[in-house]
Amino acid sequence: MAGLTTPSFAARAGHLALRWSLVVALFVSWELLTRSRTFTPFMLPSPQSVLERIWRDGSSGDLFINMALTIYRALAGFLIAAMLGVSIGLLMARNAGLRWFLDPVISVGFPMPKITFLPVIVLWLGFYDTAKISMVVFDAIFPILTATIAGVRSVEKELIWSARNLGARERDLLWQILLPAASPQILTGLQVALPIALIVAVVAEMMMGGYGMGGAMIQASRMADSRGVFAGILEISIVGWIFVKAMVMLRARLLFWHAQR
Amino acid sequence: MNALSSAVLRYSPLLILALCWEAAARSGLFSSSSLPPLSAIALAWVDLARSGDLTGNTLASLWRTGAGLGLAIVIGAVLGFAMAFWRGAETALSPVVELFYPLPKSALIPVTALWLGFGDGSKILLICMGCMLPVTMGAFNGALSADRTLLWSARSLGASRLRSMWDVVLPSAVPELLNGIRTALALSFVLLVSSELIVSREGLGYLIGFLGSNGTYESMFAVVLTVAFIGFLADQLFESFVRRILAWRD
Repeated sequence: MAGLTTPSFAARAGHLALRWSLVVALFVSWELLTRSRTFTPFMLPSPQSVLERIWRDGSSGDLFINMALTIYRALAGFLIAAMLGVSIGLLMARNAGLRWFLDPVISVGFPMPKITFLPVIVLWLGFYDTAKISMVVFDAIFPILTATIAGVRSVEKELIWSARNLGARERDLLWQILLPAASPQILTGLQVALPIALIVAVVAEMMMGGYGMGGAMIQASRMADSRGVFAGILEISIVGWIFVKAMVMLRARLLFWHAQR
Repeated sequence: MNALSSAVLRYSPLLILALCWEAAARSGLFSSSSLPPLSAIALAWVDLARSGDLTGNTLASLWRTGAGLGLAIVIGAVLGFAMAFWRGAETALSPVVELFYPLPKSALIPVTALWLGFGDGSKILLICMGCMLPVTMGAFNGALSADRTLLWSARSLGASRLRSMWDVVLPSAVPELLNGIRTALALSFVLLVSSELIVSREGLGYLIGFLGSNGTYESMFAVVLTVAFIGFLADQLFESFVRRILAWRD
């Protein structure tokens, strides 16, 4: 139904203006709060000083190195998790033995706090990118796997039977029926997994140190450099916001043919 | 007996994995520090439990999660319902929620450490701030999902605004709210462990880091598996609690 009544341009512009003015209001109240001296500049640095700090990090290039490294780790882990998760999920749908073996593993692994295994991964893989990306894969794969399994399971039996009847082979069935029919749920799983990938990348960086936004923030925190910490929060939330919006756009684009955009 | 044997059959893959672990560790292919056998880990667990290290740190961790999550549920639910009932609250809060929702919650670890130091306070604040929004969203979406006709009927039958809120909107918001709390529960463990691993002097995450840097890897694995199990158990308990609460719905 939503597609039939597209809001007018003016209404959309008005809505957007209202949103942004509220964001601006948030910043103004932050500024006023710091001016009122309720908190010391150490506890809550002024937005101006934080923005100056971001500008300085940006012009020295540190900001881009850290951001690029964090985004690379999160996205690399996310993509590996997506490929592994979707293919294992599809295989499980078609293979009873694999399903028998992995079902309990997933149902126990899904609710576990996977981040606990970070020290084990450090022990096995060291402190470098391999360890950080592996941690991201380990954490991000579960929502993708469960979404894929649920998506394939909900494909109508009639659809599969008709395809079979019309002579579709196992491979055609996978690519032309199961994957497209399960794609709304798979994309929901991916939408859940991407923020997780970013969270885990940041935690791994915080624990292992080195370059990256998490490492920079924990360094700032240890030096009691509150401007650096707040600059980090602002930068990470912008990256997180872009990730979430990008996934929503990707979903709309991939599912343009589907009602559940 | 039948239930037991079907449970054994269902979870036998986990048993197979455990046996593979034991065999791999004993085969000598891996060094015993990077992959201690499960039997050695079990012995280390018993030692840790006897010495009291495990209980003390577990209690410290559970207190932090419990307090943080409890606060998050109360504040989050109140905010969510307020947003659903008063347009003013929604206008004021929705941009804040929308800005903070995609924020990777782990980014708050350094701030809370900066504000409140390395102790309980910073962990409780972190868990509270990090887990609040899923609860808020659950309460908000749940309250909005209340059947309008039911609400109108209640009002036209003479129920006051508050009364119809309590009797109509809250019960229909419960499933979504519980869903939000379940997300928050999982998140609370993630935040607890990561903050304890990074900045702490007490708690299970700290114990893992301490044992790891001491090189007593059997004990480290024992605590890692304990934390994973506690997280799993909490989720299962919550799920059976939800099933009991929602038993009245078909």
